[in-house]
Amino acid sequence: MIPPESNAEASSNDSTPPSEIVFELKGVTKVYNLGTVPVHALRGIDLQLYSGDFVVLLGHSGSGKSTLLNIMGGLDSPSDGKVLYRNQEITKFSERELTFYRREHVGFVFQFYNLIPSLTARENVALVTEVAEDPLRPEEALELVGLSHRIDHFPSQLSGGEQQRVAIARAIAKQPHVLLCDEPTGALDVQTGIDVLEAISSINRDLGTTTAVITHNAVIADMAHRVISLADGQISDVKINDSRIPPAELKW
Amino acid sequence: MKALDRKMLRDLAAMKGQAVAIGAVVACGIAVFVMANTTLRSLEAARGNYYTNNRFADLFVSLVRAPETVADRVAEIPGVLAVDHRVVEALTLDLDRMPEPVSGLMLSLPDTPDSGLNMVHLRQGRLPDKYHDGEVLVSEPFAEAHRLVPGDTLNTTIRGRREKLTVVGVALSPEYVIQLQPGGIFPDNSRFGVFWMSRRQLEAAADMEGAFNNLTARISPNASEDDIIDSIDRLLESYGGTGAYGREDQYSARFVDDEIKGLRTMGVIPPSIFLGVAAFLLNISLRRILTLQREQIAVLKAFGYTNQEVAVHYGKLISSIVIGGAIAGSLLGTWLAVGMTDMYLEFYRFPVQIFSPAASVYIAALILSMISGTVGMLGGISATVRLKPAEAMRPAPPTNYKQTIVERLGLQRFFSQAERMVIRELERRPIKAALTTVGIAFVCAILVVGRFGKDSIDYLIDFQFNTAERDDVRVQLVEAAPYRALHEFSSIPGVLTAEPFRGIPAILTHGPRSKRIGITGIASDNELFRLLDVDGNEVPLEGEGLVLSSVLAETLALNAGDEIEVQILEGERPHRTIQVSGFVDDFAGTAAYMSLPALNQFLREGRSISGAYLLIDPVRQNSVFRALKERPAVAALSLKKATIDSFMETIAENIMRMRMINIIFASVIAIGVVYSSARISFSERGRDLATLRVIGLTKGEVSGILLGELAVLTIIAIPLGHFIGYMLCLFLSKALETEMYRMPMIIRPETYGVAAVVVLLASLASALIVRRKIDHLDLVTALKVRE
Repeated sequence: MIPPESNAEASSNDSTPPSEIVFELKGVTKVYNLGTVPVHALRGIDLQLYSGDFVVLLGHSGSGKSTLLNIMGGLDSPSDGKVLYRNQEITKFSERELTFYRREHVGFVFQFYNLIPSLTARENVALVTEVAEDPLRPEEALELVGLSHRIDHFPSQLSGGEQQRVAIARAIAKQPHVLLCDEPTGALDVQTGIDVLEAISSINRDLGTTTAVITHNAVIADMAHRVISLADGQISDVKINDSRIPPAELKW
Repeated sequence: MKALDRKMLRDLAAMKGQAVAIGAVVACGIAVFVMANTTLRSLEAARGNYYTNNRFADLFVSLVRAPETVADRVAEIPGVLAVDHRVVEALTLDLDRMPEPVSGLMLSLPDTPDSGLNMVHLRQGRLPDKYHDGEVLVSEPFAEAHRLVPGDTLNTTIRGRREKLTVVGVALSPEYVIQLQPGGIFPDNSRFGVFWMSRRQLEAAADMEGAFNNLTARISPNASEDDIIDSIDRLLESYGGTGAYGREDQYSARFVDDEIKGLRTMGVIPPSIFLGVAAFLLNISLRRILTLQREQIAVLKAFGYTNQEVAVHYGKLISSIVIGGAIAGSLLGTWLAVGMTDMYLEFYRFPVQIFSPAASVYIAALILSMISGTVGMLGGISATVRLKPAEAMRPAPPTNYKQTIVERLGLQRFFSQAERMVIRELERRPIKAALTTVGIAFVCAILVVGRFGKDSIDYLIDFQFNTAERDDVRVQLVEAAPYRALHEFSSIPGVLTAEPFRGIPAILTHGPRSKRIGITGIASDNELFRLLDVDGNEVPLEGEGLVLSSVLAETLALNAGDEIEVQILEGERPHRTIQVSGFVDDFAGTAAYMSLPALNQFLREGRSISGAYLLIDPVRQNSVFRALKERPAVAALSLKKATIDSFMETIAENIMRMRMINIIFASVIAIGVVYSSARISFSERGRDLATLRVIGLTKGEVSGILLGELAVLTIIAIPLGHFIGYMLCLFLSKALETEMYRMPMIIRPETYGVAAVVVLLASLASALIVRRKIDHLDLVTALKVRE
């Protein structure tokens, strides 16, 4: 398994990405066989993500960005090519090793929050902290996303933005090395979306968590270190932001 | 095919696991219904035809001896349609292959074939010729047991005289649909047989020329049986009449009636349970489908389908499951009914194949299954009809959860997040949880009931024939003999103990109620035949007091200390009032006991006995039997233990078969309930489970959350099921109680254990099927789906 690593060395300073490689993708290809027609979701992606990196994956629907994120998160496996996570080839992991990879190293945030409706905010976070090795306390994690006052509420009692922030707290409570967010603001209005992006950004800044955010909203890209554009299963463009714009100043 | 019907078929295909599970529960219910009711109708029809065609009598009476003219006077009693008088004699047989003497009953045949009542049905050979000595018919079950065919000869003793008889035919009689030794409680076809001889020949053998000692009569359906019985008894009193009785006291007829009564219960209770469970499963499944198809329903309505069309669409879905189950159940039930009627033919002898399926049973089965389907649709369909298209287009509002009672009590710190999910899910849907629990509990109950019969009969046999009655052989003398006859028995080498008894028929009357019964006088220090109450304590025979079977006390509305009128039906026919001193809790038959000296005194006779209970050294058993065979005074022998053993052996296979069917059917419901519930929970919470998998919970941990809910319900259901099972057994033991048998309310611990294990295994099997679905959960897709 992958040795745990201290987050201290990975602390980032503004727009210069740190150099330690967290993810290395080599020729990652994904072909779905839908009926008789093969669909090429990814066509030979080569990509490196660094410690403390904040990357936005930009692309239209069908560009392959979700597939890429799912492969990095150990939810899906490529048809060809390999993915190294801190020099471990996760594409060779067994099902069980992938489960523990997700449990210990990866935090997920989804478009539709995916909270467990029968658990309160605190309990949704505790679900993760109970199985993680060196977690934050659920209260701490919720405090980081500014939800200390809604801690004993059930999802049905929370607004969309609040639910998404609980989801972020749940993702970061295990102190993951990677935070993978799939359209985290996709179901939210602008102001709530900005609150959520603030939360993700501060996690990346304060905890040094390598963060990848999927979006089709080009404006969000301005807050990242790097913007990787995907089209038709291939990387069409990589842009490094010399100066990042804080989420509060984003407009769309 | 219309597009909507095509959708219905595809929906059905998509839920095939559940459809099969629910259809199977319907099928089990219908199968039991069809089996019990077809068998019931077959048995009733066979009985009706047999009794009518062979002119089975309504009244029966034995007497000592009366001239034939007396029979004409009986025929003149208003309401009496036909009278048949005959000679009936006990006989013993010495069969080469049986060391013990075998008992039988010889009945006279009328001179004109096809006349009289209780006509025999010839199965093989011919009727005896009245001018040929020693020609007899033998009853089919006895012939089968001893492989007797026409031409075989038998060594017998009738009235103390040895007779060599020749079998000329094999026959059946409506009087012996089941062949039971008088006073016996289980049939034993190898140790008791019925024979028929020409009247002339039997009159000669029994010194009954021009006379009869048995009379049967048919009466008008409108006449009062009790009044006619009274008239006959008055008429025959001076001829030693022992009291007339109707079909309800005729052994064979009562056995068949009791069986029919049992089938009636079986045709109602188990099918109701099965179909009730099926209705519940249909209900929860339909509600789930309607939730999943909320948006589709909205689209259908938006495109102009009427509420009725939408309702009919889902109605068809339910109906196809139910009708599929009903058809499968009818086929299975018919097959089981064939097996059941075949099994009955081993015990109940009818001249024709009794299996007769009736269309009405199948129509009733279809109606019942449709009722269960309709109950299954309650609520679901009306909610669909109420659904407004615009509202349905929007996703359903998020599910509301709240803190559970457990948490409001501050106990949450004892539970993990996963356990809290289980508890909240249960508390949020209490009715679903309760019904699931009740469904599983009924499975457990059905299993308990399925084994109860055997537990009860085992206890009955142990209590009655190992604890209370401990004799190996019961010897009945041709007529009452002086007490010294007992010493003759005890002096036979190999007889360890011989204890006397005196039996005499009597009528007991208490107020308006009366009952014809045999009074048995026993020595108060008897060891082989003891009178016990329900706790196994000995009931003492005090002075002249009478001890009665508890069930008889109920029939006659008696309490201990009450006085009762006793009319003896033999000899000098004394009559007097006697106090009831106690009750004995026997489970088979009904009896009245007195101390032997008191009974002798009451009968105004010296010390006399009618027979003896013997305890035999098993090593010398055969020599004892040989000695008994040589004694012409011995009218009959009953080997209770041997009879019971052979009976239990005969029914053992059937009991095993019934138990297997019970276990299979119960497992089908258990799997139906658990699988459907788990499948629905899986469908409702697939997205939650996928999320848990994504954030790093293992398959085992995720399965624990989904299946934990069912584990909790199953564990609650088992004790509840034991309780329901106990109550059902209590109900059945009362419903099936007859004067012949009471079912002791005994359920062995193993029965509870087996029921629990079967429920757990069935639940586990269902859980494993759903567990496979969890293993194959598509994480990526589940995350994208928005509920």
